Amino acid sequence: MKSRWRLPLRTVALGYLALLVVVPVGSVFYRAFQHGFTAAWDAVTTPEAVHALWLTLLVVLIAVPLNTVFGVGVSLILARHRFRGAWLLDAFVDLPLAVSPVVVGLALVLVYGKTGWFGNWLAGHGIQIIFSFPGIVMASATVALPYVVREVLPVLQEIGTDQEQAATTLGASSFTAFRRITLPSIRRSLAYGVTLTTARVLGEFGAVVVVSGAIAGRTQTMTLFIQDSIDNLNPVGAYAGAVILAIIALVVLTVLGGDREGRKAKWRSPSDQSPSDSETLSPSTTSVLMSPMDH
Amino acid sequence: MLRPAARASGPTLIVTYLSLLVLLPIAAILSKSFQNGFGSFWTAVTQPEALAALKLTLICSLLVAAFNSVAGLVIAWVLVRDEFPGKRVVSAVVDLPFALPTIVAGLTLLSLYGPNSPFGINVADARIGIVLALAFVTLPFSVRSVQPVLAELDRETEEAASSLGASSSVVLRRVILPSVAPAMLAGAGLAFARAIGEFGSVVLISGNLPFKTEVASSWIYSLSQSDQLSAAAAVSTVLILIALIVLGAIGLVRRRFNVGEAV
Amino acid sequence: MKHSPERRTHSKWRLVAAGILPVSLVLGALLPASASASGGSVSIVAYSTPKPAYTVLIKAFNATKAGAGVSFSPSFGASGSQATAVVSGLPADVVNFSLTPDMDKLVKAGIVSSSWDKGPTAGMVTNSIVSFVVRKGNPKNIKTWADLVKSNVKIITPNPFSSGSAKWNLMAGYGAQLALGKTKAQATAYLTQLLSHTAAQPSSASNALQTFLGGEGDVLLAYEDDALYAQRQGEPITIVTPPQTILIQNPIAVTTKSTNASSAKAFVAYLLSPAGQKVWGQQGYRPVLPQVAAQFKFPTPKKVFTIASLGGWTKVNTAFFTPSTGIVAKIEQGLGVSTASG
Repeated sequence: MKSRWRLPLRTVALGYLALLVVVPVGSVFYRAFQHGFTAAWDAVTTPEAVHALWLTLLVVLIAVPLNTVFGVGVSLILARHRFRGAWLLDAFVDLPLAVSPVVVGLALVLVYGKTGWFGNWLAGHGIQIIFSFPGIVMASATVALPYVVREVLPVLQEIGTDQEQAATTLGASSFTAFRRITLPSIRRSLAYGVTLTTARVLGEFGAVVVVSGAIAGRTQTMTLFIQDSIDNLNPVGAYAGAVILAIIALVVLTVLGGDREGRKAKWRSPSDQSPSDSETLSPSTTSVLMSPMDH
Repeated sequence: MLRPAARASGPTLIVTYLSLLVLLPIAAILSKSFQNGFGSFWTAVTQPEALAALKLTLICSLLVAAFNSVAGLVIAWVLVRDEFPGKRVVSAVVDLPFALPTIVAGLTLLSLYGPNSPFGINVADARIGIVLALAFVTLPFSVRSVQPVLAELDRETEEAASSLGASSSVVLRRVILPSVAPAMLAGAGLAFARAIGEFGSVVLISGNLPFKTEVASSWIYSLSQSDQLSAAAAVSTVLILIALIVLGAIGLVRRRFNVGEAV
Repeated sequence: MKHSPERRTHSKWRLVAAGILPVSLVLGALLPASASASGGSVSIVAYSTPKPAYTVLIKAFNATKAGAGVSFSPSFGASGSQATAVVSGLPADVVNFSLTPDMDKLVKAGIVSSSWDKGPTAGMVTNSIVSFVVRKGNPKNIKTWADLVKSNVKIITPNPFSSGSAKWNLMAGYGAQLALGKTKAQATAYLTQLLSHTAAQPSSASNALQTFLGGEGDVLLAYEDDALYAQRQGEPITIVTPPQTILIQNPIAVTTKSTNASSAKAFVAYLLSPAGQKVWGQQGYRPVLPQVAAQFKFPTPKKVFTIASLGGWTKVNTAFFTPSTGIVAKIEQGLGVSTASG
């Protein structure tokens, strides 16, 4: 499997990535800085742009952790328990994806808007969701709901519960077992899930434009600012804004995921061709982990 | 797995979160689509333009999901098993289609693969343009769904098989694929679901021509802008149902694959 | 030893998790609070095109006595979506849309009084016309509506079911035929030809402009003020004024639910004043005040008709733009059935 296929596979993979992702993303960076770094900097440091960035970051800081906790929770439930309707829970988690973002926004307005299902109740309690910050968080969280689950669940299913069971039999509390055995083994997939979630929240437009009201300086996120820049024929502003979003996503990925790969490399012994997370666990649990899987 | 008190409230919180964010809004869409009775729901869904848009969307989305599963596997394989300078950069790049707002993705794809293409590749106003845009936005799923599973794979079985004389394709078919197939399916399901709902990145390069390159989400948008919210909800309901069926089927198949999973 | 990387990552995660809440709070506190100005705050909800104009107008208004100390929170977006948002509760003191049916939505919801169009300018704040935007130098020599349907010409117009701009475009073409003496049937046939020549029907006017600038098509149908703005931004285009075209009229109103009616009314009064209209003119919009309009050298087509001469928007919307049963919908279906290749 090794040397004969290595080069062709690499070529195909890199070629596909280049044409589909690298070139377009590179083009975005190019267009942002086409007229010089100063022009790009000026375009994204207007008060409107700065506010949009703060707002976006705030949305990420709330929506992503919420989705992460939810995602890990759902994954644990689905991986550990068999129950009727599990497939339904599974499918419902993915469902927001199938709904066009604009419709997600409209649906949220239908439920939480002034004339919506909870409109009167919310107004009565002085809670403003639609056209305000909470609505933006909800819309963003909804469209990015499944990513943590989809990353973590397959790995949990692959790994199985033997180790946690061993640990709890030996006296560890469920939470400790989770923290010291489960969490390390899903760390990489969790990192990917969080990164995908963050990236999705950063890039969301359709649902947010409906739910936010696009009030400049108040409920205008970075993507709304970018659309605005395009509408007003300010491409530098639009592309520079997009570059900022891309950089944030890259930073998140590096902090969560790339870091992990570096540490793994340190622990890999020269003769070892296949590093895995098991190297960071104690030998006894390692042997349990490496027991034959039923395929 | 949680302390007794937490065990009770954990699932409750999760269900509440799911309800607030997904179940209630989807119920609202369903309710809106049947607002004027089943007859008007049916009319909205069987209008010629709706049918054309739905058909186009489904075909393109299935194509992209299938194609990107394979591409995603290849890319994930290279990222996990291969070593070359700049691999970290390549890995980072994979997630970027998500971080770009869809309108920026759309504009970029139009400028690179449309009439002003510097490569001479013009796929604008054609169905292939739609496939390209969808492939762009769904690639992260296809790669990242498979990558963690591939990385956790127990190499011993592979190595045992090939040391016993199995050819590469046998090892691939009988050892590797069965392990990653569930994850590939999961990624394909996600890609499909995202593709049928995608609007911003597709709408520019597709040309949005009614009956030719207008995708379902664009038709839904037109309906919502023409004050036909109930019809828009109806077509959305159809997409949701299709997604449920596809995702449910994938879930079933994955459960078959994971028959030996430790539970 | 084996556990130290685990411990390190654990504390890293704990730090991250623990840091999120305070960081959110700090960021939240840093978000600029809504300004409490002496003249209060006025929220404007408008369609997307006039944003650059409003930036100038707000500054000019703040310099006047009536406008001193008034702060603004503007929201710009697609005209139809904005109207829907206001009906769904988006706070608005002043609303400005690109066509009347969007204002009618608000009248129906009781947010704008039904006498909004009874003022001296019939509720309109700016005018424009439908123009042709072609490549710089007009290489295909497109001058008239008949030129649009020549065999080698590809048209870009937004999708009429998602864009108000597209409706103006199509009715301009339809009305132009009537102005040329054709019958209604012939005018409808012209629309069929027009639509069969479209290379793309993007979902919004903004997308249509981007599509055209991205190299698609030979001619874009657009608002004159949009085209003028693009030209000012240095885009390589030429604007051709068709000999017959429709007068685009953009409505404005102060809402009944306005929380700052006095400042809102003062602002609208400014927009309709000679000073305000002059700014609009400089931004590429045709002023509604004739004496101000005369100061600018806008092209004068041979025949400019209004939507009223075609029956008014309510009738036209129902007859032409009802999805699946309207005249335009039927044309699209006819074209689609014959050209869709399965």
